[in-house]
Amino acid sequence: MTEHPTKLVYFAWVRERIGRPEEELALPAEVETVRDLLLWLKGRGEEYENALQYPEVIRVAINHEHVDHREKIAGAREIALFPPMTGG
Amino acid sequence: MTAHATPLVRIQREDFDTEAEISRLTRGRADIGAVVTFTGLCRDEAGQLAALELEHYPGMAEAEISRIAAEAIERWPLQGLSAIHRFGRIAPGENIVLVVAASAHRQAAFEAANFMMDYLKSRAPFWKKEHRTDGSEGGWVEAKETDDAAAARWRR
Repeated sequence: MTEHPTKLVYFAWVRERIGRPEEELALPAEVETVRDLLLWLKGRGEEYENALQYPEVIRVAINHEHVDHREKIAGAREIALFPPMTGG
Repeated sequence: MTAHATPLVRIQREDFDTEAEISRLTRGRADIGAVVTFTGLCRDEAGQLAALELEHYPGMAEAEISRIAAEAIERWPLQGLSAIHRFGRIAPGENIVLVVAASAHRQAAFEAANFMMDYLKSRAPFWKKEHRTDGSEGGWVEAKETDDAAAARWRR
C-alpha cells in the first residue's frame, strides 16, 4: 500500500453514481496509472461499476490539471474523475 | 506596450455586468481599437427548461480557464482579456459565461474570443444539469463531439 491515502474527487454523474463527492483511499502499489485506477475502482462495488462502466469516457485531472489515462499517478495529491465537460 | 496583458478570470455565482467588464479593460486607454465580447446565455428551446444547474470543480475551474487565457495572450496581441463563468442555478435567458477580448485591431480580438470559448467548452470543468418546468430532473447535458472538433482546429 502507498504511505498516504490519495484524495479522490468526483463530479456530475460520476459523483451521483458513486454516491459521494470525495473520499480518501489507500491505493494498492500495483495501481500505477490513471487507467489502472479506473479499473481498480470499478471493481470496488456496484456504485463504482455503475459510474465507471465505460472507463474510456471518464475524464481525469491530477492536482487540477487534465491528464490522459496513461499518466502515472505517483505523487498525486488529488485525483478528480468526471464526465466530459459541458460548460460555456 | 510590449508586456503581455494580465487576464482576468472569475468563477462566480452572481451575474456579471458586460458594460462594466468592457469598461474595466478600456477605461483610460487610447491604444485599444477593438473589443469583442461573447456572452453565453441559458437557452430553452422547447419551453420545458426551468433552469440549468451548473456544477464546477472549484480550484481547477480557475486554474484551467487561466491556462486557456494565458495561451490566448501568448498567441494574439491583446491589450486585455477577461473570462467570467457562473455556476449554480441559472434560469433561461440569464447569463452563463462572458469573454471580453481587447486588441489594437479587430482580428486578434475576434480570434482570441473564439479560441477562448472553444477551449472553455471542452476543457473548463463545468457540467450542466437540466431542471424541467414539471419539477423533474432532465438529466446531465451531454457533451457534443462538435465542441471537441471546434477546439481541435486551434491546435498548432
